[in-house]
Amino acid sequence: MTSLFLRDLKLAMRAGGGALIGVLFFMTVVAVVPFAVGPDLNLLSRIGPAILWIGALLASLLGLDRLFQAEREDGSLDLMLMQETPLVLTVLMKCLAHWTATGLPLVIAAPLLGLFMNMNEVAIGATMLTLLAGTPAITLIGAAGAAVAVTLPRGGLLVSILVLPLTIPVLIFGVSAAYAAVEDPAPFLPPFLILIAITLFFAVIGPLSAALALRAASD
Amino acid sequence: MPISLVVEGLSAKRGEDLIFKDISFILAAGDALVVTGANGSGKSTLLRVLAGLLAAESGSMRMEGMSADIGHPRELCHYLGHRNAMKRELTVEENLSFWKSFMGDSPGGAGIGIEDAAEALGLGGISHLPFGYLSAGQQRRMAMAKLLVAYRPVWLLDEPTAALDASADRLFATLVTRHLGAGGIVVAATHQPLGVEAGELRMTGFAGVAGELV
Amino acid sequence: MSENSLTIRKFSDLANPTRFLGLAARVLPWLIGLTAVLFAIGLYLSFTTEGDYQQGETVRIMYVHVPAAWLSMMCYTVMAVSALGTLVWRHPLADVSARAAAPIGACFTFLALVTGSLWGKPMWGTWWVWDARLTSVFVLFLMYLGLIALNRAMDDPGKAAKVSAILILVGFVNIPIIKFSVEWWNTLHQPASVLRLGGSAIDPEFLRPLLVMAVAFTLLFFTLHIAAMRNEIWRRRVTAMRRQAARAAGREV
Repeated sequence: MTSLFLRDLKLAMRAGGGALIGVLFFMTVVAVVPFAVGPDLNLLSRIGPAILWIGALLASLLGLDRLFQAEREDGSLDLMLMQETPLVLTVLMKCLAHWTATGLPLVIAAPLLGLFMNMNEVAIGATMLTLLAGTPAITLIGAAGAAVAVTLPRGGLLVSILVLPLTIPVLIFGVSAAYAAVEDPAPFLPPFLILIAITLFFAVIGPLSAALALRAASD
Repeated sequence: MPISLVVEGLSAKRGEDLIFKDISFILAAGDALVVTGANGSGKSTLLRVLAGLLAAESGSMRMEGMSADIGHPRELCHYLGHRNAMKRELTVEENLSFWKSFMGDSPGGAGIGIEDAAEALGLGGISHLPFGYLSAGQQRRMAMAKLLVAYRPVWLLDEPTAALDASADRLFATLVTRHLGAGGIVVAATHQPLGVEAGELRMTGFAGVAGELV
Repeated sequence: MSENSLTIRKFSDLANPTRFLGLAARVLPWLIGLTAVLFAIGLYLSFTTEGDYQQGETVRIMYVHVPAAWLSMMCYTVMAVSALGTLVWRHPLADVSARAAAPIGACFTFLALVTGSLWGKPMWGTWWVWDARLTSVFVLFLMYLGLIALNRAMDDPGKAAKVSAILILVGFVNIPIIKFSVEWWNTLHQPASVLRLGGSAIDPEFLRPLLVMAVAFTLLFFTLHIAAMRNEIWRRRVTAMRRQAARAAGREV
């Protein structure tokens, strides 16, 4: 199983891989927001966590459509379906590799963008922590969408449309936990724990439904 | 106890169309079956059903004589489809070692090393190159090396020699012969003769299978 | 090296990558030495001159920041000229030059951004303001990264060269528009409130180290650029040889 993880990581790093593109997209999306809302630093620091979350959400959806489609195009998916290894485990491993290659860089880039948004240290730390806990959920539930759209010739956009509504809870609790850390009366822990619970829940239903969809889509 | 592949009354549909029905055969260890027929007669479909990638409409397939417990017969099969299942960006060595460790060996045999497998297909010494650098024929041969690095008793081959020249063809025939000699089973869909002793299953398409098994 | 016997008579002789390699091998040691000496002088001057009465010690950041910012723009100009070379004159080294310059430009731009915000924290009380000039540099940084990503995404260097040359030129034409609109955007929302170093009168006390550092940075750029071009040529030769090896394999079977 680690060999699958390492292979997917290598593929993401090699030429044409998506590891760099996701972060770049994240930076660009966050960077254009001030042009729309104006350079008022107080306003930016107030909306900063939300902007970072939306940017990270869009960026993590970016490479998802290729998660299984690339495997299907070159026939690797057939072989993965045939193995003794449960397909759920294979999907989970692919999700983990995908998150490490595209989600983790977002978490690491978040503090830098937090500075651009004039967020203070606590807000940056809280946003980073919520991103770390929340972005795996996006990848995991996105895998289900990617598996459903795997046979479609132009599944890329469809995956985003299918997955975005499913990620709303992640966004809600991620952003509210990040805000709770900065604004005093609201407690940080409850929304953050719910966020972790959502990630764990998606870690089960995401790969499970993706495996079912891949079996059904095989032809 | 030597293994055997038992197929009984297999039928398959694609969409609403019945592609074939009531195909039955038994392949004992060392047997090869060549599936022939015109384009669209259902050769590939039959192989994909055998590989467990398509659900059969009716009928069954099972392995007999296995000492170990297995979940599904497909776990004992190599499937070499039209596509090579190799990544262009990775080196041949990375590709093959991934499949070797991901697939593992079926009970009853062991795969050979990566460089040995490349050597067996006449392509020793270039496994450090990215797969994408290779020509179409070389890529096909490296895809065949997958059959050797992880042991599976049953090989399901879909047009295995389509992109190969005559010499590589012969090389592959010796590999198949060696696999059969070691008690393996081969089912191959092909237009060209495989170069080994084999029974023939002629598919005529549209729910009719003329030739029964020899 | 055997290439040493090849002399370069005309500019067009540089088009030959082998000649270029020979030239690079001879020029690079001198460039490296010169750059090191200039940096030694520049850094010495930077740390021995007096601090500004208003900005204190932080003024020394300027000796790195200003040259880096200047190079971030010069590098893009070099890339734009190289892009023209690729598209118009089909100079075989032009795409090598453009490709090699992009990461260097990105690094200098990043350096300018980092030193800028290090300077901004004590001066403005924040790491970053969406000031027109800063924002333009940040947009430039994003463009560099985009170009690097584009170059990485395509494995055929010939095809990548043309496409990225087009993108570089589009970007180059767009830079004034971006700059203008960013300034428009910024003044609409917030009257200029940041204090800037310089203006008309820079004391010669500051000017001397600044100039030395600027020359040192420029030389550093050329050193890195030539070395990167050399590496790129070598990388392409290695790739070509590997493809050849792939073709040759299995012939004898």
